[in-house]
Amino acid sequence: MKIEFVLNDKKQVIQVDPASRLLDILRDDFELTSVKEGCGEGECGACVVLMDDKAVNSCLIPVGNIEGRHIVTMESFRKTERYKVIEESFLEAGSVQCGFCTPGIVMSTESLLRENPKPGDNEIRDALSGNLCRCTGYNMIIKGVKLAATRGKGLW
Amino acid sequence: MKNCISKPINRVDAPAKISGKAKYIGDIHFENQLFAKTVRSARAKAKIVSIKTPTLPDDYYIIDKNDIPGINRMRTVVSDHPIFAEDEVNYIGQPILLVVGPEREKIYEIVSQIKIKYKDEAAIYNLEEAEVKKAVFTEYSYSKGEPKATFQHAERIIEDEYRTGRQEHIYLEPQGITGDYKDGCMYIYGSLQCPFYIEGAIQDVLGWDSDRIRIIQSTTGGAFGGKEEFPSLMACQVAVASIKTKRPVKMIYDRDEDIICSTKRHPSIVRYKAGLNKNNEVVALDIDIKFDAGAYSELSPVVLQRGMFSATGVYNFPNLKVRGRNFMTNNVPSGAFRGFGAPQTIFSTEMLMHNIAVKLGTNPLDYKIRHLLKRGYPTCTSGKIRDEVKLPEIIEKVEKMSWYRRKIGKHKKFKGVGLSLFLHGCGFTGKGEATIKGKIILKKNGDTVTLKVSSVEMGQGAETCLRKIVAHTLSLPMKKVICETIDTGLIPNSGPTVASRTIMIVGGLLRQASLELKDRWNDANEIEISKTYKHPDFLSWDDDKFEGDAYPTYSWGTNVAEIEIDPVTYEIDVKKITAVYDVGVPIDEKTLEGQIQGGIVQGIGWATIEVMNSPKGKLTQHNLTDYKIPTSMDVPEIECEFIENPYEFGPFGAKCAGELPFVGAPPAVAAAVSNAMSVPIRNIPITPEYLMELDKHED
Repeated sequence: MKIEFVLNDKKQVIQVDPASRLLDILRDDFELTSVKEGCGEGECGACVVLMDDKAVNSCLIPVGNIEGRHIVTMESFRKTERYKVIEESFLEAGSVQCGFCTPGIVMSTESLLRENPKPGDNEIRDALSGNLCRCTGYNMIIKGVKLAATRGKGLW
Repeated sequence: MKNCISKPINRVDAPAKISGKAKYIGDIHFENQLFAKTVRSARAKAKIVSIKTPTLPDDYYIIDKNDIPGINRMRTVVSDHPIFAEDEVNYIGQPILLVVGPEREKIYEIVSQIKIKYKDEAAIYNLEEAEVKKAVFTEYSYSKGEPKATFQHAERIIEDEYRTGRQEHIYLEPQGITGDYKDGCMYIYGSLQCPFYIEGAIQDVLGWDSDRIRIIQSTTGGAFGGKEEFPSLMACQVAVASIKTKRPVKMIYDRDEDIICSTKRHPSIVRYKAGLNKNNEVVALDIDIKFDAGAYSELSPVVLQRGMFSATGVYNFPNLKVRGRNFMTNNVPSGAFRGFGAPQTIFSTEMLMHNIAVKLGTNPLDYKIRHLLKRGYPTCTSGKIRDEVKLPEIIEKVEKMSWYRRKIGKHKKFKGVGLSLFLHGCGFTGKGEATIKGKIILKKNGDTVTLKVSSVEMGQGAETCLRKIVAHTLSLPMKKVICETIDTGLIPNSGPTVASRTIMIVGGLLRQASLELKDRWNDANEIEISKTYKHPDFLSWDDDKFEGDAYPTYSWGTNVAEIEIDPVTYEIDVKKITAVYDVGVPIDEKTLEGQIQGGIVQGIGWATIEVMNSPKGKLTQHNLTDYKIPTSMDVPEIECEFIENPYEFGPFGAKCAGELPFVGAPPAVAAAVSNAMSVPIRNIPITPEYLMELDKHED
């Protein structure tokens, strides 16, 4: 099946089995390895990408569903000013340990801040509840997101 | 005053990880690579009668026991796990063969066509059955004082039993290894903790010398002990496959496969007989520890040893008898997991002390304080507590931070507060460090210093802290101190990245080398200094009698947990953890806080929601939908402080820290639940079902 979509601001036309997982297309065909597979069933959030600005688990999206959509991965998001603020804030707050969950968490953070530039503690916890992390215990990630929201005032 | 080394810096590995540029093994493409999928035992214990495989298309291969040129066993403490099953299988998930080829879909199709005929045999599914059948892998014991005579004269004897559950690591990156046989050499790439363990395992399996073997670590997405011994098995399998196919062979597990076959924390049963004197103090203690080691022994003997040497916690029991047994069951093998046997026995002993105090009508903290270890006291193995024990300061601080005493007096049903005291033995157990003799190299080239160690970054912050120790000593900026790639062809063996030994032992060697380099800095443009660990002469250890200094020193801590329980669902909501630790001197407060926050949350998971059962040898939880770990919605506020207590032989006074936070959280949470419900807690995980039963019973 022919699918047309926008990937990281570039129009793409691919010939693909519509049942393929978006995760596999991104990793295998486009070599976008910031998108990680941690569980393959939508529980861990390591594969989170933005679909029309909303955080989605790319392991749960059949590629047939992305026709006409805009998919953003870390490979393009990391070029933005907003990313820079998140990176600095995560560094300072100690939000990163093994890093496998981190790109997914950054994408969820971007999605949250777009919707709610001044989130409270519970709103952050709620927005990240689909992103598992086994290293940090989350509190230092929450701190990083809060710091980003404060520092990036006006960017979201 | 705070030591200036402790001042937090940003982690050196974080930018590549945040931006998604860091390459984990699944992200690395190898030219001409093949994929591998493991065919596993579907039976808990059986003879393999026959294996029928389909005709393979070109470029597809089956790799099994017949392809192993050397020894078909994985080298570890007890080298009993076959690389590929021979004529029998002993657990569900045991590897039998690999299907290797270029297309994953085709591989799955071939796997589905393979038919294995088994002849089932009587299996052992749990500790109770294993004890009846006397299926013991290892049995150890040690004693101190006059336990027998003391029990005879005891005023009161209390007997009790405690249980802890199986736990899965859930490192976010599942296991993955690639083997590449090239120009007569074997290159192993992957997610791993212990490069030289793998080198040794490959030597046995291929029958090669180490000079033809290179183990290269890729960015490692969490480990927690789960990537200590297990990657050796995968590495041996892909190595053999790469030799047969003459191409790189990549094996990445999905989450289900990872959970089904990788090692777990040992389920345990700990029985106590406590003899009390007329002041109600425990003067004699008999501890009987049982661990479910699963189908193969592997690392379990040393896990059991740490469990046994930690079983008296922070207390001085003058008359002591400790027996430990590892039982063989037909469950997935148990192995290394943060704490390494200590969390099971520390939990049990903390709850024993808590429950005795409550039974006697005393405040648990006051009761515990009457038994505390002090400097100069003998350890449980008749070694010596040489360094100052700052438990009184630790307790005073946590009291001020948490108002524990005030809160415990005012508890209401479904709301409680609990306190734990705990320690962790720093570095390897017994003669471990003396045997492995870790080696490091420091190389100056112009204004840059390269440190060569085999301690890996796996998320815990080793790279940042080790570089910081050298940079700080030499007054160099962090960017002028770099770490050599973890490649066994380029680094010396400073030992595995385990046992909370990286900072204290390997960091200690780096500190010594840096001080020497500082003295010689202007001697030449290029200077290389190597250091080898020397076990301090004053430490003695008898490995047969289990007598002497099981550890060179200890780190200490306390946790106060405040919890609420849902009166309808009986779910536990941990509201706050207040923690105080003595880890010597923190090398980096931010990295250390990361270990503490993460360790506490992992401990809370084990104590409350992480249920993993294995009825009839088959795990009932094998994905992240049914095996739940804490999410951002589940974690409490965690406040932590440190009491400085510099250790003479640690770099800048640092001791161990990575495992300690895990150890302390479960007994604090359990004590708080006990306080909230006015019932003794003896088992973790404290599931709603267990709690509801206890509550009903109490009414």
